[in-house]
Amino acid sequence: MNQLTSRPHSLGDLFLTLTVLALQGFGGVVAVVQHELVARKRWLTQEEFIEEWAVAQVLPGPNVVNLCLILGGRYFGWRGAVVALAGLLCVPTLVVLALALLYASYGAHPVAVGALRGMGAVAAGLILAAGLRLASALKGNPLGGLLCVALGGFSFAGVALFRLPLIVILLGPGVVACFLAYWKLGKARQ
Amino acid sequence: MNTVTLDLGWTDWLALFGHYLSLSLMAVGAAFSTLPEMHRYLVEQQGWLTDPQFSASITIAQAAPGPNVLFVALMGWNVGMNAGGYGAALIGATITMTGMLLPSSVLVYFASSWGQRNRHRREVRAFKSGMGPVVVALLISTGWIMASAHGNPATDWALWLLTAVTTLIVWRTRIHLLWLLGAGALLGALGWV
Repeated sequence: MNQLTSRPHSLGDLFLTLTVLALQGFGGVVAVVQHELVARKRWLTQEEFIEEWAVAQVLPGPNVVNLCLILGGRYFGWRGAVVALAGLLCVPTLVVLALALLYASYGAHPVAVGALRGMGAVAAGLILAAGLRLASALKGNPLGGLLCVALGGFSFAGVALFRLPLIVILLGPGVVACFLAYWKLGKARQ
Repeated sequence: MNTVTLDLGWTDWLALFGHYLSLSLMAVGAAFSTLPEMHRYLVEQQGWLTDPQFSASITIAQAAPGPNVLFVALMGWNVGMNAGGYGAALIGATITMTGMLLPSSVLVYFASSWGQRNRHRREVRAFKSGMGPVVVALLISTGWIMASAHGNPATDWALWLLTAVTTLIVWRTRIHLLWLLGAGALLGALGWV
């Protein structure tokens, strides 16, 4: 094992790491997962993160839950997958239930509303930054720079500007991208 | 919050479980994509949740730390509260979360193990690298859509600025994200953004 990659020491380490991650994830855990597991803990490289994220995104189920399950399974088999799900969900569920009780009494208070608005703006920035960081990891992609920019641009325009449903993007640019990659990988082999 | 009082038998709990089991495999990308179906079933067809309870479940889960899918637990919790109190609420939350996650998790586990064993096959590599630019674009789109909810840049420029500054700091440094969230909460609580 070199200094660039690492892995969880034990099931307990996996559980605790994911609990701490989940509790930092306001407005989406994916930004925290990318930041902590790739940039800080180095359990994954940027390239590996994109690959696993693609699987987590395409299969049914919440994408962050899928990603953590895949990682847990990779390190410790089915027990790792179960522990990863438990780490991601157990404590945050208790927190959300507690918040539901508080919300009934304080949800409309201006300070609470303002704080949530500020955190929402930060959360949007966290996700944008995670996307920009990962974009630089596409340099080694077999599709090549031009196709990556074109396919990414189409997908961004479809979702962010025209608000098309996810399934349209996965079946449109997604399928085209897979076929192009298959062709490029075949050409590279010859 | 206006509520309803329910008398749920075990067949109702089973129906609730079955409904979430069936939604699990339809939720591609994020559980939010199945929200319209949940609303149709829980609020319109069964009358187990009121509209304000349905909306509050989503709002609270978004405000809370953790995966967004926890709104599913809150819906089950609220159905249980309507049916008699904390015990039923715990049963409800367990039923909806298990139903929502069990089928998809089993599928993902086996599919990703297969993918890992066959990671050198050309079609597996083509899928993983081909989807790369698409999923990165989806991530950036998510951030973009969240930022667009800020409203008019002319009047809400401070929110847009906060998002832009956060993006730059996180992109270029390794600062702990909680500092930024804390700063956002503080600025919002003081009414500056």
